[in-house]
Amino acid sequence: MSKIKKGVKLDHISKIYQDPKTGKDFYAVKDTSLTIEPGSFVTLLGPSGCGKTTTLRMIAGFESPDEGEIYLGDQAINALTPNKRDTAMVFQSYALLPHYNVFDNVAYGLKLRKVPKDEIKDRVMKILDLVELTGMEGRMTNQLSGGQQQRVALARALVIEPSVLLFDEPLSNLDAKLRVSMRTEIRRIQQEVGITAIYVTHDQSEAMALSDNIIIMNKGVVAQMGSPQEIYYHPNSEFVADFIGEANFLKGSFQRQDGDHAILNIEGHSARVPAKEGMSAGTEYTVVLRPESAVLADEGGLPCRVILSCFMGSYQNYHVMVGDTLVKLTDYNPKNKKIYAVGDQCSLVFDPESVHIL
Amino acid sequence: MARSQGAALDRKKLMADPIMVCTIVVLIAFLTLFILYPLAILLVDSFVGDGNGFSFSVFRRIFAMPNFTTAITNTLKVGFLVGILSTVVGLLFAYVEVYVKVGKVVGGLFKVVSMLPVVSPPFVLSLSMIMLFGKAGLITRFLLGIYDNNVYGFWGIVIVQALTFFPVCYMMLKGLLKNIDPSLEEAARDMGASRSKVFLTVTLPLLLPGLGNAFLVTFIESIADFANPMIIGGSYDTLATTIYLQITGAYDKAGAAAMAVVLLCITLLMFAVQKYYLEAKTAATLTGKASRGRMLIEDRSVAIPLTVLCGLAAFFVIMMYLCVPIGALFPTWGYKFTPLTFKWFAQVFTKYKGLRAFRDSFVLSLVAAPITALLSMIISYLVVKRNFKSKGFIEAVSMLAMAVPGTVLGVGYIRGFSGGLFHTGFLQGIYGSAAILIIVFVVRSLPTGTRSGISALRQIDKSIEESAYDMGADSFKVFMTVTLPLIKDSFLSGLVTAFVRSITAISAIILLVTPQFLLITVQINEFAEKGSYSIACAFATILILITYGAVLLMNLFIKFFGTSRKLKEAE
Repeated sequence: MSKIKKGVKLDHISKIYQDPKTGKDFYAVKDTSLTIEPGSFVTLLGPSGCGKTTTLRMIAGFESPDEGEIYLGDQAINALTPNKRDTAMVFQSYALLPHYNVFDNVAYGLKLRKVPKDEIKDRVMKILDLVELTGMEGRMTNQLSGGQQQRVALARALVIEPSVLLFDEPLSNLDAKLRVSMRTEIRRIQQEVGITAIYVTHDQSEAMALSDNIIIMNKGVVAQMGSPQEIYYHPNSEFVADFIGEANFLKGSFQRQDGDHAILNIEGHSARVPAKEGMSAGTEYTVVLRPESAVLADEGGLPCRVILSCFMGSYQNYHVMVGDTLVKLTDYNPKNKKIYAVGDQCSLVFDPESVHIL
Repeated sequence: MARSQGAALDRKKLMADPIMVCTIVVLIAFLTLFILYPLAILLVDSFVGDGNGFSFSVFRRIFAMPNFTTAITNTLKVGFLVGILSTVVGLLFAYVEVYVKVGKVVGGLFKVVSMLPVVSPPFVLSLSMIMLFGKAGLITRFLLGIYDNNVYGFWGIVIVQALTFFPVCYMMLKGLLKNIDPSLEEAARDMGASRSKVFLTVTLPLLLPGLGNAFLVTFIESIADFANPMIIGGSYDTLATTIYLQITGAYDKAGAAAMAVVLLCITLLMFAVQKYYLEAKTAATLTGKASRGRMLIEDRSVAIPLTVLCGLAAFFVIMMYLCVPIGALFPTWGYKFTPLTFKWFAQVFTKYKGLRAFRDSFVLSLVAAPITALLSMIISYLVVKRNFKSKGFIEAVSMLAMAVPGTVLGVGYIRGFSGGLFHTGFLQGIYGSAAILIIVFVVRSLPTGTRSGISALRQIDKSIEESAYDMGADSFKVFMTVTLPLIKDSFLSGLVTAFVRSITAISAIILLVTPQFLLITVQINEFAEKGSYSIACAFATILILITYGAVLLMNLFIKFFGTSRKLKEAE
C-alpha cells in the first residue's frame, strides 16, 4: 500500500445520550482526548457500556460528538459523513451484503469509487489472497463459515485502502478456538499492510495479543493508556488492575522509606514494596499483587491461613486470608512443590519488584 | 450538558446528502397535503361551517338529528359485536391450526379462508348473504321455504362483517400462539392440569392482550366499513353511511364534516389504545420464540369436534364466496336456475360499459400501486434505519392514516380540494381528475405497505446498511443497492397489495369519483343497490379473477426472481 499512513486524534470529545427510561441526559463518552500514532494498532478495552463502541462509531462518523473535534491526520472530520471519511469498519455481525457473493462484497467499495473493472478484479483477488480466501470468490456469503465471513469483512475493509481500519468487536461471534487463530491473523495482516487500526473489544486477552497500545475505558472516560506491559504491571487504579488480569489488593499504612523501597504495615506486619513519590507517614496505600507473583512458604512473609486449595493441572489454586483480606494465588508447575491444605497456617512471600503500589 | 454540537453536526451530515433531503421534504409535503390538511379542514369546517364564526353550532345541529345519534349507537353496537365474534372465530381457527393435528383437506381450507378476503372486494359477502338468505335467497326460499326472511339490518351487517374480518384475527392470533413456548403448557400439564385447565390458566392469560388487540383492530375495521352497511344495512344506518348520505343526499357539507370528525375521534381513540397500550402489552407477555416444536393434540375427543367446527365454518365462508360467480351464471336469480348462461357477463361488456370500467379501475390502480409501494418502502427505510428530526412526524402521520376511515378521508378531500386549497381556488384543478383518485388510492394503502415494510426492515441488521455507507455509498446508493434488494419480496408483495386494495377500494373513492371515470367497485355498489344482483355478481367475479390473477403472478414472480429464494437455497 502506497498510501501515507494517518493517525487519529480525539480532542476533548464528549457524547451525550438520553437514558430511555429516566429521560435524563448522561455522558456516554466524556472529555476524551487521545492520540493514535500512524501505523499503530490500538485497542479500546472496557466493560460494556464504557463508551468504547460509541468512540469508535464517532471516528467512523455514525455518531456525532457533542463536544470536541476528531482529526484524521491533520484534517478535522466532524462534519464529514461516514461515506466521505477515509475509514473502513469491520462490524461485529460482519454485515456482509447477503445478496452479493464474496467477490461482489469485496468489490462493492471499489465500484462506488468508480475504479476501472480490470483494476477491481486485480485488487480484489490480491486482497482475497491476503486473507487466504482464494477460490471462494463465487460463493454466497451465507455459504461461508463464521471465520471465513470475518475474513471477507476484513478484505472488504482493506481493499479500499483506508487510512484507518476500525474493528467493532469483530471476533465476538466466533467460537473460542477460532477467535484465537483469527486474532493472530488480524495482527499479521495489519503488520503486513502497515495500516493504522483501532480495535474495540471487551476481551482482555484479545487486547493483549493484538495491540501496540491499549486504551482502557470506564464510564465514558479513559482510565489508562499504555502498552500491554505497562498496563499489566503498572496499573494506575484499582479498576484497571482488576480489569486486566486478576489482581489482589492489599491495604497498608506507610511506615518508612528504605532507599527505593517503602515499608508498609499490612494487617499488622511489615512488608517491603516499591516506593513511589511523595509518600507520607500514616497514609494508607494499596498494593496490587498478581496471583502468579507470590508464593506460599512456611515462614518469611505475611502470615496467612489457607481456605481453599485446588489442583488445576498446570497450577495449584489457593485462596488465603491475610488478616481479613482474601488473596487468590496461582502456583504454577506444582508437581514437586509442597502443597498446603485448607486450614494450614503459612506465609505469603513476594518479591518487592513484582508488586505495584497505587 | 449541551447536545447542540452533536445535533448541529447531524444536521450538517444530513444536508450533505441532497437526495435524502429532497426525499424528506417531498414526503413531508405529501403527507401534510394529503393526510393532515384534509383532516384539518374537516375540523375547521365543523367549527366555522355555519358561517357565523367559530362556534359549536354545527355540532349542536348534528347531535340534534335523531338519525345521527342513532347511527352512533348503531355503529358502536355493530362494531362491538363484530369485534367479539371475529376474535372468537379467529381464535378458534388459530388454535386449531397451531395446536391440533388436522388433515390436509382442513389445512387447505384454512389457507383458502385466510386468502379470500384479501383478493375479493369488501362487499362480496353482503351480496352473497342477500342471494343466499334474502327474500329470494337460495337457502331461505328454496331449501327452507321461508318467503319473508329479512337479512337487511343489524344482524345482516354483523354476520357479514364478522365473516369478512375474522381472517384478520385468525392471522394475528396464529402468529401469537406460535410464539408461546410449549414448555410453559407442558409444565402446567406436568403438574396435573387438564387440557382445558391449561388453556384457561396458561394459554388464554398469555394471549389476553393479543385478543384485546384483535378485538380492537376488527372493531375499527367494522366502524370504518362503508360498503357492507351500504348494501345490506337497509334502513339501519351506520356512521359511514350516514355521512355519505349527508353529503350526497342532503348536500350538508358542514354537517358531514362534523360527523366525519366524530367518526374520526372514535377510531383515533380506539387506535391509540390498540397501538400504544395493547401492542406493547402483547409484546411484553409473548416475547420469547418457541424453543422447539409443539406436540400437536391428537386426542380424538378434542381434535374431532374442533376440526369439524372449523371445517364447517370454513366451508360456509367458502360457499358464501362461491355464491358470487355461480350467481352470475344463473339466468334469473331466485326464479330460473337452468340453463347456466353467460348472458350477464356479456351484458357487463355490451350494455354496461364494462370494458371502460375495468380499464379505468385497472389503469388507476396500476399507476397507484408502484407509487404506494415505493413510498411505503422509503418511509419504512427512513423510520427504521435513519435518524433525523422530522422522522417522528413522518412515522406518526403515516400511522395516523391507518386510523382514518375512508369515508372521513373522502369528505376531507371534498372539503379540502373541491374549492382549491383553503377554498382559495389554488390547486382546484386536481379535484375530479385522475390524479386525486390515484392519490386517494395511495393514501389508503400506504399504512399497510409501510407497516409490512417496517417489519421487513427490522429483520435486517442495521450494520449491513452502515457497512455500505461506510464503504462510501451515499443514502440513495445504500437504498438502491442494499435496502431495496434485501426487501425485494416485501416490495413486490406491497406492490400487489396496493394494487388489490386500490382496485377493490370504495369508501373514499365513491365520494370523489366523477362521471368521467367508471370504477368497478362503484358500479357493483350501484347494481347491488338497484337489486340487479346478477350483474353485480358478474362484475364482482371478473374483479376477483383480476385480483387473484395479480396475487398468483406475484407469487410466481417471487418464486423465480425473489431474493429470499436465492438466499434460502444457499443455506
